[in-house]
Amino acid sequence: MADPRNTEPLPLPPFALLIAGAALTVASHTLWLPYWVDATAAALLIWRAIASIRGAALPARWLLILLTFGGAVGVFFSYRTIMGRDPGVTLLVLLLFLKLLETRARRDVFVAAFLVYFVALANFFYSQSIPIAVLMLLTVLVTTTALVGFSAPQRAIVDDLKTAGRMLAQAGPVMLLLFFLFPRVQGPLWGMPQDAYSSVTGLSETMSPGSISSLSLSDAIAFRVKFQTEPPPRARLYWRGPVLSDFDGYTWRVGLPQLRRNMSVEAAGSPADYEVTLEPHNRNWMFALEMPTRIPPTARLTSEYLVISLTPIRSRIRYEIRSFPQFQAPSGSNPEDLANALRLPRGVNPRARALASEWRESLADNAAIVRRAIEFFRGSRFEYTLQPPSLGQNSVDEFLFDTKQGFCEHFASSFVFLMRAAGVPARVVTGYQGGDTNPVDGYMVVRQADAHAWAEVWLAGGGWTRIDPTAAAVPIRVELGITAAAPGGASLPLLMRTNLDWLKSLRNNWEALTNQWNQWVLGFNPDRQREMLSWLGVRQPSWQTMTVMLFWSVAGVLLLTALWLLRGIRREDPVQRAWSRFCDKLAREGLARARAEGPFDYASRVARALPAREDAVRAIAALYVDQRYGPGADARSITRLKHLVREFGP
Amino acid sequence: MKLDRVLQYSQAYNFFQWVFGKHAPEPGVVFLSQRRVYILPTHHGLTFGLAVILMLIGSINYNLSLGYVLTFLLAGLGIVSILHTFRNLAHLYVSAGRVAPVFAGDTAQFEVVFENKSDFDRHSLDLTCRGTKVSCNAPAHQHRSVTLPVKTEKRGWLQLERVTVDTRFPLGVMRAWSYVQPDMRALVYPRPDSAPLPPAHSDADAGDAVSSGAGTDDFAGLRPYQASDSPHHVAWKSSARSELLLTKLFAGRTASELWFDWDSLPAGMLTEARLSRLARWVVLAEERGLSYGLALPGIKVPLGEGFPHRDRCLKELALYHG
Repeated sequence: MADPRNTEPLPLPPFALLIAGAALTVASHTLWLPYWVDATAAALLIWRAIASIRGAALPARWLLILLTFGGAVGVFFSYRTIMGRDPGVTLLVLLLFLKLLETRARRDVFVAAFLVYFVALANFFYSQSIPIAVLMLLTVLVTTTALVGFSAPQRAIVDDLKTAGRMLAQAGPVMLLLFFLFPRVQGPLWGMPQDAYSSVTGLSETMSPGSISSLSLSDAIAFRVKFQTEPPPRARLYWRGPVLSDFDGYTWRVGLPQLRRNMSVEAAGSPADYEVTLEPHNRNWMFALEMPTRIPPTARLTSEYLVISLTPIRSRIRYEIRSFPQFQAPSGSNPEDLANALRLPRGVNPRARALASEWRESLADNAAIVRRAIEFFRGSRFEYTLQPPSLGQNSVDEFLFDTKQGFCEHFASSFVFLMRAAGVPARVVTGYQGGDTNPVDGYMVVRQADAHAWAEVWLAGGGWTRIDPTAAAVPIRVELGITAAAPGGASLPLLMRTNLDWLKSLRNNWEALTNQWNQWVLGFNPDRQREMLSWLGVRQPSWQTMTVMLFWSVAGVLLLTALWLLRGIRREDPVQRAWSRFCDKLAREGLARARAEGPFDYASRVARALPAREDAVRAIAALYVDQRYGPGADARSITRLKHLVREFGP
Repeated sequence: MKLDRVLQYSQAYNFFQWVFGKHAPEPGVVFLSQRRVYILPTHHGLTFGLAVILMLIGSINYNLSLGYVLTFLLAGLGIVSILHTFRNLAHLYVSAGRVAPVFAGDTAQFEVVFENKSDFDRHSLDLTCRGTKVSCNAPAHQHRSVTLPVKTEKRGWLQLERVTVDTRFPLGVMRAWSYVQPDMRALVYPRPDSAPLPPAHSDADAGDAVSSGAGTDDFAGLRPYQASDSPHHVAWKSSARSELLLTKLFAGRTASELWFDWDSLPAGMLTEARLSRLARWVVLAEERGLSYGLALPGIKVPLGEGFPHRDRCLKELALYHG
């Protein structure tokens, strides 16, 4: 059925709200959208706002088609494709603003509002933080208010806002039930676009000078740890990441890892049990304290003692793990691994090679060479800095003998080079070192800034043994963390500087809140759902049981909402109710009102029958007539009428 | 029938009764009980549902927890809007208001009265009847009347047809509606034709009624309007040019009495043409403040003047069954 209101002009206040909703929904997108898209969106928005205020004509259809086409071409040139997540969202944003520009009637309003909701959802591709959630809730509120305003054009916008707010509040319980009971499926349902995870940071498969120090500039959280046992001291907090064994003179790369069936770390000391909540980093490895012994069932352990997941970690995951920080490394090793751990590129770093061969000749065994090398690092006055001078082709030589300024990757890289040149099997291990416990919720937070690189050497007696040349050269880095170690710290993130205590406590509180948010809202996945249901007493929740539970609980909530909404629907006029009560009282005395009898006639008849109560009767009748037929009822007279009727007894 | 009484509690049954059954006008106040309020999504509502499903698929595919939150919030909003739309219409009281008589071809203004006895306001109630649509609100504990214009065609009684009362408040994704047919009819007078007043002639039956045609509407001049003057004698055109309302004065008015007789019309005239002519004369005679009477076969309206007289004559014409 064609609705004639579809062609009526739009009321201005709700339309202004719709525009506001569109602006809110793209607000955070503007941070990553190409500049020309931001500019175009702003121009279209201003154009539409001016057209509304002045009542000017909207652009012709051919112009809109041209703009749409131009937008698509622009997106293609920006991204070199129009498939994928980012180009898709960019097109959606452009489409929203073009739609607003051609919104003339109610019909278009709905399409524009639904586009706002879509773009709001697209925000969550990029961030699911609390501020974004609040912003999107505001967007939904504003847009819904606009929809309410369009369906009741004469109302004040404040009333529309109240209606929309109430409706959202009533939708809340339904939302919660659906959120917790809707049978969850682990996505993705189909292949993700290539660019879906481009925005994550973290360690990579390679290490070249500068790669870890650039990570150190980020206070983004890499993972959080909740210890069930006493946390190990800071100097033992080595979170193992990718192991790099191939060196080309400049860059270290991972070798080919092999899965390992039997874990043979010999436990020593007391174990640490803990739960890691790992932020997505789009790689397979999962971080664990050295050395892990019990790993989650879905994970595997490589021959390099790296815990890996079978699929890249693209959403925040939680896993429980056990490690022995004071481990005894296994003595056996694969001969192929050892051969790999001795390979060096030819012709580079002659001075380092010379030093290594001097050690090889003068010292008896590998362990002595390692000790000698540690002494070398300890005694050479290396400077630990985030901004080391750039190095040339013989990077190890230049660092060890000339510049002597470097970051952990320089230390680890040159140490392993020296070891290999001296014939000791060695490799670089990257990962994180340290972690700060948030006093608010007790979670240990490990940040990208804690990224670290250290070395492992293979000794005939003890197997792969961790050597941290950075710790030898700059012990404070491992004992107190990067903030203490980096001089000046000027280039560290603001919040990592220690002198602002109130800022630190603010950050601790905020991060504890964020952690709860991550654990309970964002981390609610099929596993959590199963845990929750079994906690509720559902033994083996199938999607059928969940659907049945969902149906009945939503039905129950809706029934309550309906009762709440309809509570005043049958309410009789309070004046009429008081009068009926008065008539009922008299009817019990045999003085029932005749059907056609007016209030004054009735009152006179009653007054004659009950002369003692005449005043009250006449007062009630007068008040009733006043309130019922007079220009407007006032609350005080109604209260008085009610009072008189209540007190009345013949 | 027991079954019939049980079925009366079913909305679908009531709906089919309304759509396919015969329905008589409902006298008195019509109460829109929940059984006669129907509700379905609008096509915007269906689009909204589709959007929510797409958002759900997106959230599953990308594992967006907040995507689920947003999707389910919107789904909840859609579900809750069913209750809100229903509540905006249910339990209203609809009754017939006034409707003034009109001439055939004009638009009858049916006044429909809503009474809202609930504690909350009702918004954007739309009434549709025969393609015309009007909208109104009904604040809490108040009466609101709305006039529904209906184009008339035939003389006689015009019964108000079935009226659809519907609402899409608050989101426009749901539409609740109900059918009512208040017992309400408008009197439609025959459409006057464009003939002039007949030349008054001396008639034996009329007795002293008309002495002479000349002078009955002799325009004698203007004077300021007084409260007792007939509005038909207001000289609207002249008044528009001056500051004052002016009344036309006529000479020889006392002498003007007219009989409009069915039988005096040409023999070849058809019934409706005769009625139109007579209606025209009644209107003209009343406008000029004449005294007139009407004679139809079997019906005689004695001489008189003034609005009630005019309306009586026109009503006889409207309801004439020859």
